[in-house]
Amino acid sequence: MNPGSNPGKRDRLWRSSVIGLPYAWLLLFFLAPFAIVFKISFADPIMAQPPFTPLIDWGAESGRRLLATLDNYRFLLEDKLYWLSYLKSIKIAAISTFLCLLLGFPMAYAIARMPQPWRNLLLLLVVLPFWTSFLLRVYAWIVMLGKQGLINQLLIQLGIIDAPLQMLYTDGAIYVGIVYTYVPFMILPLYATLEKLDLDLHEAAADLGARPSQVFRDITVPMAIPGIIAGCLLVFIPALGEFVIPALLGAMDSLMIGRTLYDEFFINQDWPLASAVAVVMLFILVVPIMLFQRLQQESQV
Amino acid sequence: MKQRSSTFLYSVLSFGFAFLYLPIFVLMAYSFNDSRLATVWGGFSTRWYRALLENQQILDAALLSLNIAAVSATLATILGTLAGLALNRMGRYRGRTLFTGMIAAPLVMPEVITGLSLLLLFVSLQELIGWPSSRGANTITIAHITFSMAYVAVIVQSRLASMDRSLEEAAMDLGGRPFAVTMDITLPLILPAMASGWLLAFTLSLDDLVIASFTAGAGANTLPMVIYSKVRLGVTPEVNALATLIIAVVSMGVLLAGWNMLRQQRAAVEPRSGAT
Repeated sequence: MNPGSNPGKRDRLWRSSVIGLPYAWLLLFFLAPFAIVFKISFADPIMAQPPFTPLIDWGAESGRRLLATLDNYRFLLEDKLYWLSYLKSIKIAAISTFLCLLLGFPMAYAIARMPQPWRNLLLLLVVLPFWTSFLLRVYAWIVMLGKQGLINQLLIQLGIIDAPLQMLYTDGAIYVGIVYTYVPFMILPLYATLEKLDLDLHEAAADLGARPSQVFRDITVPMAIPGIIAGCLLVFIPALGEFVIPALLGAMDSLMIGRTLYDEFFINQDWPLASAVAVVMLFILVVPIMLFQRLQQESQV
Repeated sequence: MKQRSSTFLYSVLSFGFAFLYLPIFVLMAYSFNDSRLATVWGGFSTRWYRALLENQQILDAALLSLNIAAVSATLATILGTLAGLALNRMGRYRGRTLFTGMIAAPLVMPEVITGLSLLLLFVSLQELIGWPSSRGANTITIAHITFSMAYVAVIVQSRLASMDRSLEEAAMDLGGRPFAVTMDITLPLILPAMASGWLLAFTLSLDDLVIASFTAGAGANTLPMVIYSKVRLGVTPEVNALATLIIAVVSMGVLLAGWNMLRQQRAAVEPRSGAT
């Protein structure tokens, strides 16, 4: 007990540090960086450290001079490479999300239908790979899909093919990699909604003469919609900017936007252009991210 | 009809789990393969484990990664727990919507964007105030705290949301100050959530390649960065051995934790059902 301070003051101090500390941290290290990316996307690249021009020239004779340029964005519009990268990323992310749903929904449904002690064990098995290394799980598919990989060897042994198929370093390998690493993010929210599903509704529908397919279509799926949306967002948003999977499993020339940004930054050292690539990527993701935040907020009530 | 549907459920589960686990098992099996041609079986051997233990580059990187993971997980747990309290126990305040947004966004933000933006922040700060004077373990740690505190906040927040507030309210009614009530009542109750948050933050930090690559500068090479530089060229037997070790340790930990949780749940259910 500090005799000098009154309790009300200490309560306020506690309250403002609980809110203020994480708030300040996130403002500085999460929000401010986006403002800087935005700013640098209007700069010119130069050979210097750091490799971009300041936006305002304070030393000019006629006072300040604005040096901001739209060149980076113009370049993104004109060069087909970037357009194709964005379109390809959206396509790959969308198809992978759909494939995750295709695999994740029946699995979540089957787990939710199991008797209780099994449910927890199966859920544990779904999240277990998530706790091991993401990078190493992507790498495991190099072992599986390579020219001398397990699948090719198996197919040759069985006499189905004569020469090894090119499976690694293709778009197909990217799909497999994304579905493999992201399907737990689809299963968990789906399971959370399917678990709460009232079996009485199913029985009532069946008693009234509905066929199983009708029950599934008219009751199970509509009630799982929140889980479907959450799962799809959890897969689609990070998959769109994925770098590791296309870099390890995709072809050299198959550029997804995350990889284009990485190369622009590390290989070409063009920081302003990389920033512009990031700003446009964020722009594409604004709607899905807002949707995700809305869902998060609703689940907090 | 019943029979057919349960056959369907079992085949779905078998296929799904085979897909999730087969690649991991294959990787583990090949780590004991004597052949240098990593995917041709040449007999059982532990030579890649010996090679791994003699590889100083990998060992140094592992030590650095463990170090960064421990520090960032601890700080992320402190900040994330405060954030969880701010989301669920502090009522209304100005800027709450922005705060909720800043907690949710890092969970889905593509890593390349987070990495790029943090690096540009560090470079700009260095220009402005001379800090951080160099990039390495310190900047990676800050980056890891930033994204993993959001995960901790979500875990703590959901525990707080599902928790009975009557104990805290009773303590308040008896004149407990908010700080003391949080410390004596709330914290012990959310300790398991904080522990899982710490573990998750630790794992995420240990696993991160992209954000570390952006924020590392020239000095620091974390374990994922070393692994990436090796597997980019194809199959690497030493990495198979490393993967097997990591997967074995993590699986054991997760299964133990899960088993422990199940036991506690059962212990919590039984006396109550016995009492009624």
